[in-house]
Amino acid sequence: MEFNVLVEYFRAQIRGDPDVASAVAAIRSLLEFLRRDQSETILGLRENMTQAIRRLEETDSSVAVSSGGELFLRFISLTSLEHPDLSQCKNVMIERGELFLKKISLSRGKVGKLCHTFIKDGAKILTHSSSRVVLKVLENAAADNKRFTVYVTESQPDSAGKRMAQKLRKLNIPVMVVLDAAVGYIMEKVDLVIVGAEGVVESGGVINKIGTYQMAVCSKAHNKPFYVVAESFKFVRLYPLNQQDVPDRFKYTADILKTVKDLNQEHPMIDYTPPSLITLLFTDLGVLTPSAVSDELIKLYL
Amino acid sequence: MADSDGRQVDGVNHATGKIYRLKLFFNNEGKELTKEEKQRLRKEKKQHKKNKKDDKGPPEKEKEKEKASVPAPSKPATQSPAHKAAPAPVHASESAAAAEKPAKSKAELRAERRARQDSERTSKQGKKEGGQQSASSKPKATPNELQPVVKRLPEHVQVDDPAALKKLAKKLERQQVRQIHSCDLPIVPLRSDYGYKVSLFSHLHQYSRKSPPTLQISIPATVIHPSIVRLGLQYSQGIIAGSNARSVALLHTFKQVIQDYSTPPNEELSRDLVNKLSPYISFLSQCRPLSASMGNAIKYIKKEISNIPSQCKEEEAKGKLQACIDSYINEKIILASEAISKYAIEKISDGDVILVYGCSSLVNHILCKAFEKQRKFRVIVVDSRPRLEGREALRRLVKKGIRCTYVLISALSYILPEVSKVFLGAHALLANGYVMSRVGTSQIALVAKAYNVPVLVCCETYKFCERVQTDSFVSNELDDPDDLIVTRNGKSHLENWQTVKSLGLLNLVYDVTPPDFVDLVITDLGMIPCTSVPVVLRVKNVDQ
Repeated sequence: MEFNVLVEYFRAQIRGDPDVASAVAAIRSLLEFLRRDQSETILGLRENMTQAIRRLEETDSSVAVSSGGELFLRFISLTSLEHPDLSQCKNVMIERGELFLKKISLSRGKVGKLCHTFIKDGAKILTHSSSRVVLKVLENAAADNKRFTVYVTESQPDSAGKRMAQKLRKLNIPVMVVLDAAVGYIMEKVDLVIVGAEGVVESGGVINKIGTYQMAVCSKAHNKPFYVVAESFKFVRLYPLNQQDVPDRFKYTADILKTVKDLNQEHPMIDYTPPSLITLLFTDLGVLTPSAVSDELIKLYL
Repeated sequence: MADSDGRQVDGVNHATGKIYRLKLFFNNEGKELTKEEKQRLRKEKKQHKKNKKDDKGPPEKEKEKEKASVPAPSKPATQSPAHKAAPAPVHASESAAAAEKPAKSKAELRAERRARQDSERTSKQGKKEGGQQSASSKPKATPNELQPVVKRLPEHVQVDDPAALKKLAKKLERQQVRQIHSCDLPIVPLRSDYGYKVSLFSHLHQYSRKSPPTLQISIPATVIHPSIVRLGLQYSQGIIAGSNARSVALLHTFKQVIQDYSTPPNEELSRDLVNKLSPYISFLSQCRPLSASMGNAIKYIKKEISNIPSQCKEEEAKGKLQACIDSYINEKIILASEAISKYAIEKISDGDVILVYGCSSLVNHILCKAFEKQRKFRVIVVDSRPRLEGREALRRLVKKGIRCTYVLISALSYILPEVSKVFLGAHALLANGYVMSRVGTSQIALVAKAYNVPVLVCCETYKFCERVQTDSFVSNELDDPDDLIVTRNGKSHLENWQTVKSLGLLNLVYDVTPPDFVDLVITDLGMIPCTSVPVVLRVKNVDQ
């Protein structure tokens, strides 16, 4: 399978189902790539897969695609591939790939079920930008007949917050859009903060849309709980020490990385929230404290 | 005094001397115990112990009391040695009469063991209260009870507890009894403390460099290998310093010891060699308290020795052991530092200003490697009295061509606004995530945190230890207090500090840094947060 075909397939997946996580779409494309791959050896197969992941990262530069792809590769090769016949090995890998895909498609539901119990009746929730996982959580809570209000930040430069507000209005949840600059002002009114994540790093911190770090610092100052909801395929083997330490390929969108020469003139799209500001992380592996994330990562990767 | 069988059992005052005589006596009998018989005896002893455990679990003390009541109905506190000797032959005669001929030696050994326990108990009853009695009999308690594994402070760091000191002295003597020797001088002498100790740290040893531990050792030291004596002196004089250096020197010396070792005629290499190593380790810990890395290395060697199959020939076994030691050094120290450098270099970016403290071989290696990889950075070396180890680090880095600045630790808050990262070495990483390192490290981590500068600790996994400590007082090392005396213009004001009764000089060696101040730990397994140390320990234990 050619890499262009792969990228087209990926884009088609995203267009077909806008609600799907980009990582899930990437993994579906990789599975298709694996099915159609023509290499003769296992090493060649792995090489092709790694290159395919790299191409997909270039298309969509979010952290989730990178982490999802790497986890996929690990998962399918983590079995005994001692069969003499290559096609048998490939069948084993495809089987495991489908298992992985099924597992992660269910992960958003699991997270929603875990988290909505933390929303009490009459709660005021603050969230940032547009996250499909947070939407699922709020959907579950509303279905549970809980009454709550949601404040969403506008989240410039792409005004993703307004899209989130529209989706929430469709669910009949009272919602109010606030400016990014009004986070400090609104913090005393809210009871808890829930945000999604694009990536969860080894230290237990999260990488998310720009403005999340600010919100975390404000909630710490006001002693409000700061919850992060993320699926487990977003765990990535990165360890940023501060904002500068996050690699450039995640900070900017793929088109900007390809076209612009001087990145200092561009504004980054994501920021890093250190683990000391996060109260709990809700994942499909369970409810974790930031220090437990490293344990889970060691289990996943070692 | 003779027992019913007519064998001479002398009543000697010293309890251990008596046992020594008994053992000599039994070993020099007409029929010598061959290797197979010894193995059989050991198996029987184990079976006997197991049967005892199956019968009674917790009430071990009752069993002791029962044993005590059997030889003599009353045990007054001040019992004369003559009485002590009396139960032994009584037992020997009793059990000798009861058992058949082949099982006689087993009963004699049991009697000797009971006699030893009785004598220890009576000597302790006179001096200790009930609470301490239970503490001393705890090691005899059955291990397969559901007791929580409490890591108590080892005896050699309970200097202000006279009972613990007595126990240590007894242990050292017992170690020399196992090897039959002819001279009377102590093989592993107890080094005496020097000078007034600050009360918070009075439970730790404080030795002077002017009185080496070898002063009281007999010549020739038949029990302690000369290279171990040399190593111990090098430790105590500070010639070999630094966690990695000490471990590597220890392992090389053990290789030499194994090379020169020859199995005595009726012994097994796997058991005898471990017994031979124990007095060496006691000697080394008298010279300078063992570090966590040395402790782990010794545990590894002992495990490897006891895993040698009994049918292995001596030359083959020695070769295997030396290969094991070589591979340990290679994997855990040399290759680990390569792996750590690889991860650490990712964290060094161009234009960085890196702060290092003291002289850590690992951090110096990382910086040299990063410089070779054409990273542009400069280094600030922070140093502190009295060791002034930073000068050694400065020398190594400048030789490579790295741009360095040198400050003392008192200028830390002045220099920190310029710094972008702090790289620290570690002596050990504790199970609760605390970092034990050279004194001054926690200060640097604290001030760096206040300035929001990331702190990275570099540590190999063989330095991870299962101890838990939350402060620097409970287990530390006190260096020679005379090091703090400074001579300026020919005048040193502290020269007669011993004459001033209320003055104490404190020269601490280590301190503990809490995990909140450390942002990242770089190990050979990867980059982990400080709180994940127990996970690594768990993974390591599963591997072994």
